[in-house]
Amino acid sequence: MEQRSGNIFTRIDWWTVALYIGLGVMGWLAICGASHSYIETSFLEFLDQSERTGKQALWMGISMIVGILLMCVPKHTYRNISGIAYLTTLLLGILTIFIAKDIKGSHSWISIGTFSIQPAEFMKAATAMALAAFIGRREFDMKNNKDFLKCIAIILVPMIIIVGQKETGSALVYFALFLALYREGMTGIYLLMGATAIVYFVVGIKYSNEPFSELPVNIGPYAVTVLIQTFSTAMAWFWCKSRKTTLVLLIVNASGTLLSYFVAVYLIEFDIMITQYILLAFNIIYLLLMARLKKEKKNIWIAVYIVGALAFFNSCNYVMQNVLKPHQKVRIEVLLGLKEDISGAGYNVYQSKIAIGSGGMFGKGFLNGTQTKLKYVPEQDTDFIFCTIGEEQGFAGSFFVMVIFVAFILRLISLAERQNDRFGRVYGYAIASIFLFHFTINIGMVLGIMPVIGIPLPFFSYGGSSFLGFSILLFTFLRIDADREQKTQRT
Amino acid sequence: MKNHSFDTRRYILSGIVLLILAVFTLQLLSLQADNDSYKDKADSNAFYEKTIYPARGLMYDRDGKLLVYNKPSYDIMFVPRELKDIDTLALCNTLGITIDDFKERVKRVKDRRLNPGYSPYTEQELMTQLSAEEYAAFQEKLFLYPGLHVRKRSIRQYSYNAAGVLFGDIGEVSQKKIDSDPYYQRGDYIGTQGIEASYEEALRGRKGTEILLRDAHGRIQGNYRDGELDTLAIRGKDLTLSIDIELQQLGERLMKNKIGSIVAIEPATGEILCMVSSPTYDPSLLTGRERGKNHKELSKDKRKPLLNRAIMGTYPPGSTFKTSQAATFMQEGIIDCNTSFPCQGGFVLNNFRLGCHAHSSPISLKPAIATSCNAYFCWGLHRMFGSSKYSGGTKEAMNKWRDYMVSMGFGYKLGVDLPGEVRGMIPNAEFYTKHYGNYWRAVTVISIAIGQGEVTLTPLQIANLCATIANRGTFITPHIVKGIEGEELDTTYTTPRKTMVDARIYEDIAEGMRLAVTNGTCRAANLPDIEVCGKTGTAQNKGKDHSAFMGFAPMHDPKIAIAVYVENGGFGATYGVPIGALMMEQYLNDSLSDESAKKAKEMENRVIYYGTAER
Repeated sequence: MEQRSGNIFTRIDWWTVALYIGLGVMGWLAICGASHSYIETSFLEFLDQSERTGKQALWMGISMIVGILLMCVPKHTYRNISGIAYLTTLLLGILTIFIAKDIKGSHSWISIGTFSIQPAEFMKAATAMALAAFIGRREFDMKNNKDFLKCIAIILVPMIIIVGQKETGSALVYFALFLALYREGMTGIYLLMGATAIVYFVVGIKYSNEPFSELPVNIGPYAVTVLIQTFSTAMAWFWCKSRKTTLVLLIVNASGTLLSYFVAVYLIEFDIMITQYILLAFNIIYLLLMARLKKEKKNIWIAVYIVGALAFFNSCNYVMQNVLKPHQKVRIEVLLGLKEDISGAGYNVYQSKIAIGSGGMFGKGFLNGTQTKLKYVPEQDTDFIFCTIGEEQGFAGSFFVMVIFVAFILRLISLAERQNDRFGRVYGYAIASIFLFHFTINIGMVLGIMPVIGIPLPFFSYGGSSFLGFSILLFTFLRIDADREQKTQRT
Repeated sequence: MKNHSFDTRRYILSGIVLLILAVFTLQLLSLQADNDSYKDKADSNAFYEKTIYPARGLMYDRDGKLLVYNKPSYDIMFVPRELKDIDTLALCNTLGITIDDFKERVKRVKDRRLNPGYSPYTEQELMTQLSAEEYAAFQEKLFLYPGLHVRKRSIRQYSYNAAGVLFGDIGEVSQKKIDSDPYYQRGDYIGTQGIEASYEEALRGRKGTEILLRDAHGRIQGNYRDGELDTLAIRGKDLTLSIDIELQQLGERLMKNKIGSIVAIEPATGEILCMVSSPTYDPSLLTGRERGKNHKELSKDKRKPLLNRAIMGTYPPGSTFKTSQAATFMQEGIIDCNTSFPCQGGFVLNNFRLGCHAHSSPISLKPAIATSCNAYFCWGLHRMFGSSKYSGGTKEAMNKWRDYMVSMGFGYKLGVDLPGEVRGMIPNAEFYTKHYGNYWRAVTVISIAIGQGEVTLTPLQIANLCATIANRGTFITPHIVKGIEGEELDTTYTTPRKTMVDARIYEDIAEGMRLAVTNGTCRAANLPDIEVCGKTGTAQNKGKDHSAFMGFAPMHDPKIAIAVYVENGGFGATYGVPIGALMMEQYLNDSLSDESAKKAKEMENRVIYYGTAER
């Protein structure tokens, strides 16, 4: 056994460990900055257990110990217990809904003595591992609909439980696991559809009431029709790889759009939306015709995509106007910049932008920020921790933190890629995607370009079980990475 | 591995990661680089500049008696955003106002038209100028009302119920002033009238600021950088007024129930010893919470108590003006001390007649002054305006005359250190040409020689004329502040001004005025053991004549020069002389004899009925 753990020690990816420690230390310092209230004088007081910084330091220590323990468990054990771990955490999650105290409407915290833990943090690791183990089975085939649906079920069940705990933000994190599926061969159409849906929504709603030059048309819907034409043409090229279809779509759509625009502007004013719908109708008919003549089934799907996109966009409008509650509508409008709501829904983000913006290029200096310390930014040491870095360390410091974070994620991707079985690779991608999702949503929210979804920034946001949860994700993978069958000796 | 075809997807995923980094970097740059607006917003968020108001300068009289000082007052401030969940009814009870009143106040504060600087995040005034007792009652319950703060200020307090119109008052600074002078902020107090206004910069001192850190709930978290950037408030400078408060009080007493003015000047220095404008008001009416209401009432009063008649009222100077005529004619060589003119009950020329009263005829200069002979000065003016000395004829003579008058301080503002002084009226040749065409002569304008007609002076100008005679030809611009703490007096108030008339001529005039007291029209001004010089004036106007007197004493090395002007008081001897005499006695002897005290009481009780017309 001695011999073996020595081996482990040399096989650990120390780059990742270094980045992890770096992020953890920077995160702890950021919490010091955020919780400093002009009263502490000695730096040692930051380690006091009655302070949040002290508690966080303790949790960081606990996480390290747990990490070392997890490093002692071999890869095959993880693989073997993944199913049980998954079911256990699911049961614990369901149990939590009933026994947890109500904290601001959330039922996700279990108190043990003075500490509270959030079982959902461990569910992430268990789900990622269960998914990796499932895909890692020899008989798994992504093209098999049954297998694919099982994958989705593995992801959706914990999501539902977490939604039951009223932690919608944390539930969304599980969508990140689709990136791992994508790497394993899930068709990119789903990701593309998701991406284009977001584009249609943002463009369509944001410019829905802005007139297009002097024509009786609003930019929003018009731009969406042009985008649908563009995407369907692109799909014909990249997906069907049919030069002829692409050329026809490109020429007809481009010339039709431009011609109708110039006619409307310079000759006779008319509703150019009509030509847009005619062009889309042409696209559908042409694609279906090509599908029939050329026996190219993919063309049908492009046609379906066009119909679906139009239906999606129009239902978005309908949902915005008729289904959403006023406060939800306001949130979306604030995010899209349609409304300045400094005191209500937009308050957090407004204050967060002020705090970051006031940091300037080089910041106000460690412990010298005014906005975060004077509590202008709510949740300044948890979800909005990045504000403190922006204010105190300026652009230089925030950029450095982001670069380190991205380096960490890219390192995880490269570790995942060097796995020689699907189990390791899927698990690697799963955790890289989870970190990426947290990073994107959290910093995007703080910078005011993502909706306000309360999820923590890994290793930075104050919170013991979140730090421990992320450490578990990382160290299990580090052990799995260390145990890979090495074909070439690493230097 | 069979998934080889998907190996390129690692680059797509890595690309997405880098794309996100790029987008975030751009957004970070747009927030943090070259964008001061966020910095300003952060500062206005976090820094709360607390103004520290300095104590306003005090005012003392010439003997060092404290006249004007400060009393603490308390303003209740509120931050609208923080004013939530409080028991409004209880608050209103504590403050002694009704709920409707409270709502009205909050509404007014939030009205951006009335309050352009309104922000729900900054302190706004709820109620101002609470007394120490009201504050004490409120202080006990302050903890119940988060969002309410108390701001300590001070209001003026007066030791004597006198000289209100001189002190002036303090009010909230106007938007116009804020726009033109960056020193002032909304809610600051500024002197609006009287000495408070003219010496505002000395009295106000300098405000200090404390830069405090304020958290999101408006709670103060301490001084920014331990107070390194704070500035101390500098106390306002104290003023020593030239006023003798006892003389001022006596003057106001004597003028009770009369409209008019008394101005006394120390001839050697130009210091104003008293400046009474009647009717008066209690200066403390214009402090505290009732200021607005009281001010409105005072300004509606038909007798205009807020008007300082000594510098804002213009009156025909009547016979007091004859002294200036004598000086001019003598200096121009039109007459000398021994020149005599006939007076058979007045000035008669062809068909023109201007009446006089009974006295011996012909008459020379000094008796003419003593008896206030109208004819003598009319002849003098007639001779001057007809003199071949002036190649430009009557017009040149007229303008020469005007120059003399101006050199004596008439026709223009004297430059007293009080706001609102008016210039009075000294006509010139152009003025009459405009009115009468080219065919006017001395007889057309003859009444100016006896201080009637177009000529008007302020009581201050009459007093200054008297001081000039007392000084035998020079005067220092009259002023009411004789000392500013740690500051030199403006040279305007230390430099003597000379008239166009020689000192020896003034000596003759002084003798004439002495004769008026010993043998002439103002015998009642005689004081035992003091050589008083005087000149009465009875100025015709639309209603009953105005009663005027000017005098100085002692004749040699004069200590006081005084002008008394009582509207519709009749003969100069009726009101002007006795009041003037009492005032001089008070000042020179520091008290009144028993007999004089009785006279003063009597004078105080004399009432002139003015009816209800606007004055």
